Amino acid sequence: MSESEVKPLLEMHGIHKRFPGVHALNDVKLSLYAGEVLALLGENGAGKSTLIKMLGGAHQPDEGEIWIEGERVVINSATAAQEFGVAVIYQEFNLIPELTVSENLFLGREKTRFGLIDSPGERQEAVRWLECIGLDIDPDSKCGDLTVAQQQVVEIVKALAVDARILVMDEPSAVLTDQEVERLFQVVRDLKERGIGIIYISHRLDEIDLIADRLLVLRDGQYIGGGAVSETDRDTLIEMMVGRSLEKDFPPRDVTVGEEVLRVEGLNRGKAVREVSFSVKAGEIVGFSGLIGAGRTETMRLIAGADRGESGEVWVNGELISKRSPRDAITAGICLLSEDRKEEGLVLSHSSVDNFGLPNLGRYSRKGWLDNRSEQNEFDRYRDDLAIKVAGPDQLAGELSGGNQQKVVLAKWLARRAHVMLFDEPTRGIDVGAKYEIYQLMNRLAGEGKAIVMVSSELPEILGMSDRIIVMKEGRLVGEVENGPGITQEDILALAMEEPASV
Amino acid sequence: MKKFLGEYGMVLVLFALFVLFSLLTLNRESATGTAAASRLSKEMLATMSSKAEVFVVGAVRKPSEDFARLVAADLGKNEKVNVTQVIGMPRELRQAWDTAEAEGNTPSALVVSGDVLKWTILSALQGESPDLEIIYPTERMVSDFLKRGNLLAIVDRIVVIAVIAIGMTLVILTGGIDLSVGSLVALSAVIATLAIKVMGGLEAGGGAVWAGFLIATLACGAIGAIAGFLVARFEVAPFITTLAVMLIARGAAFMMTGGFSIYQVPDSITWLGRGATFGIPNTVLVLVVFYVAGHIFMRHTRWGRYIYAVGGNEEASRMSGVPVKRILIFVYLVCGLCAGFGGCIQASQLATGAPNLGVMFELSVIAAVVVGGSSLSGGSGRVMGTLIGAFIISVIQNGMNLLGFDSYLQQVVLGAVILFAVLLDKARQKRTSSVKH
Repeated sequence: MSESEVKPLLEMHGIHKRFPGVHALNDVKLSLYAGEVLALLGENGAGKSTLIKMLGGAHQPDEGEIWIEGERVVINSATAAQEFGVAVIYQEFNLIPELTVSENLFLGREKTRFGLIDSPGERQEAVRWLECIGLDIDPDSKCGDLTVAQQQVVEIVKALAVDARILVMDEPSAVLTDQEVERLFQVVRDLKERGIGIIYISHRLDEIDLIADRLLVLRDGQYIGGGAVSETDRDTLIEMMVGRSLEKDFPPRDVTVGEEVLRVEGLNRGKAVREVSFSVKAGEIVGFSGLIGAGRTETMRLIAGADRGESGEVWVNGELISKRSPRDAITAGICLLSEDRKEEGLVLSHSSVDNFGLPNLGRYSRKGWLDNRSEQNEFDRYRDDLAIKVAGPDQLAGELSGGNQQKVVLAKWLARRAHVMLFDEPTRGIDVGAKYEIYQLMNRLAGEGKAIVMVSSELPEILGMSDRIIVMKEGRLVGEVENGPGITQEDILALAMEEPASV
Repeated sequence: MKKFLGEYGMVLVLFALFVLFSLLTLNRESATGTAAASRLSKEMLATMSSKAEVFVVGAVRKPSEDFARLVAADLGKNEKVNVTQVIGMPRELRQAWDTAEAEGNTPSALVVSGDVLKWTILSALQGESPDLEIIYPTERMVSDFLKRGNLLAIVDRIVVIAVIAIGMTLVILTGGIDLSVGSLVALSAVIATLAIKVMGGLEAGGGAVWAGFLIATLACGAIGAIAGFLVARFEVAPFITTLAVMLIARGAAFMMTGGFSIYQVPDSITWLGRGATFGIPNTVLVLVVFYVAGHIFMRHTRWGRYIYAVGGNEEASRMSGVPVKRILIFVYLVCGLCAGFGGCIQASQLATGAPNLGVMFELSVIAAVVVGGSSLSGGSGRVMGTLIGAFIISVIQNGMNLLGFDSYLQQVVLGAVILFAVLLDKARQKRTSSVKH
């Protein structure tokens, strides 16, 4: 496909971008041809986001050139990007939840008749676009009512409707179920047929084999290498991404299970959580599997006191937690590393140390007076232990890469020395190298006798880490298996999809 | 450098305003000090012919009065001159002149200083008696703005706003807003003066005054706590909650007084707003104590940190075990207490409690907080920044008054300053958010 006489659709070379304290992109090059999918790979903080934000017009390169269809361009705004035929679909969608699908599709370029919006005309055209992409939704439904997968397709349709020739997708599959991912791939293959060039970012290496033609790897802001997907094997790829080879996906561990630490009885919350009861022993890692929306996150939130349910009891070390707020749960020794670290885990506009201290100020203060030094010393200890990369004490948590953010959240909970740790999708959006470190840490915590619950949508992770696997479906526990060499992904999936046992 | 400007930009702005207004209000003025007085009398005695008839004139209760007394005392020690001391207004000078003329003792020289130099009667007298010599000390350049009296006036004018602005800073740091503070000033002043009236009125002792202040401040704190409870427990928007409280408090203040002012208070009520301790005005002391306490609280206590955290990300704070609801109630409680105490200062300054005090104060207070660099979206800002913001606003108002700007133009300028401050804040935010995802 990339024969020398064919002109690339998009070419970037000599790209540099500096932020305070970071050389985010250092002499990066990229080329994309019509009708191909280019996988953009790299750990968090490697510079992928910065690079695609340049294409979307959100950042400008400090040095370097961008060429589109043989012409040098300057993309200095989102409008400019649209004019050059570039559409970027970020992880946070640019859809207005209160507006309908067709209103969103035509936002900013409304069809008018006699100066008034031509809603029927817009609707007709919207139907045509939705049909041609194979999405069966009502153009009059509000975007906020659609599933994440449907919203994503609406974003794609929006890009097509403005004649985008270059489509950039930032981790489109991160929030989708397997079936939804399959549908997404069909759409992507269809777009390829039409001669659209696609830049596809993903952390799931399995997907790359399925969908991408070529790949490009960034590490620490530098271009590391690229080539045809069919000619690059998995190990080489990981080595390119992390700069070293990983022995195994999951670290080994000696399991010594002790007394029961966490016991949950009869948790109920609407339709999301129904009669959930289970227990976790010291030193045990229990994996929670299930489809998206099965009620796993909701269960964790109930245990951690983040939400209030209709009924249910939570016991830690044989003691009932009577009142339940996050504060009470934390006091009782339960910590939740929530799925959404930016919304629930961190105060992005404050420093890492301040974030680290937040649940631990009881220890770093005397009679209400802060002891900043002991707080800083403790943080430094965890920073070295977890290898958190922080530029300085004033660097804001929002300025850290995803992996480092997650490590700051981890540090703040480790310092609590809790008995029960609930990890909700602990490695979502985290690169391969940091994933392994987090797995090691979970093993270490289990080794220290903590009771660990891990919610994960990635079956290999569930199988690789758990001692016991609990499967949820539609708010209920539908299965429980002791993990072992005989257990396969299919076994778990079968449990997750079968009809719930009648109660 | 950029960072320095972000942190201290407002201090530089305040400093620049000081320099600007000092220069713009420079005026020629004759010296009035002790040294100038003795120098002048020595010079006069050296040149004066014997048996000279001299008037020493000073304007009543002005620096020139003291000056006139000093010069008269110096000259009076000498036999050579016959000194008459005239203290008062131009009318008194005319009377003294006419009396002297009738007695045949028409003065040959007038010693004047300061404001007296500007009296038109001087040229009239020179017209009547061409030999009349007007003697005055050498002139020098003085900035009206930098005069002690003017600087204290700035403090007097801003003290109420600045005290309330501490509480408002806390509220704004959590991402909220409190519109009720202006009305609480009126309510507090009314409660305080009514309580003092009940406890003895004009004859009330110092204890009654303090009791009145305490009752009023606590009452406003309680109202603030109720507003905070509504915000925290029922998640009512702070804007609406405090808007309602604003109306209720203002109405209550009018109902309690029937619309009249309460002035049956002893003179001792003015100690707080107009008095001084060890020569330092009490208003200055109040500002120092309150701001130092506010600064230490926000920087060095757990609850101070929690307030920042709640404003930065309420959900993450809650999940980290921060008692978010208690924090929210607390900041509105503190804001109410500050507004209540501000009302007491106001009542003390005016020796009156009136239901129409503090109108629009909430806007000045919010402006001070924002000009001081706090973000209305919460999570970032400084108590000391608010003090700078309050002073910037007060200094601009004072400077414009001295320069004779009309009040409408003053509003335009203040509005522009607030916009400027907000734009500066945005520019600063951009710096920090450019690397965020």
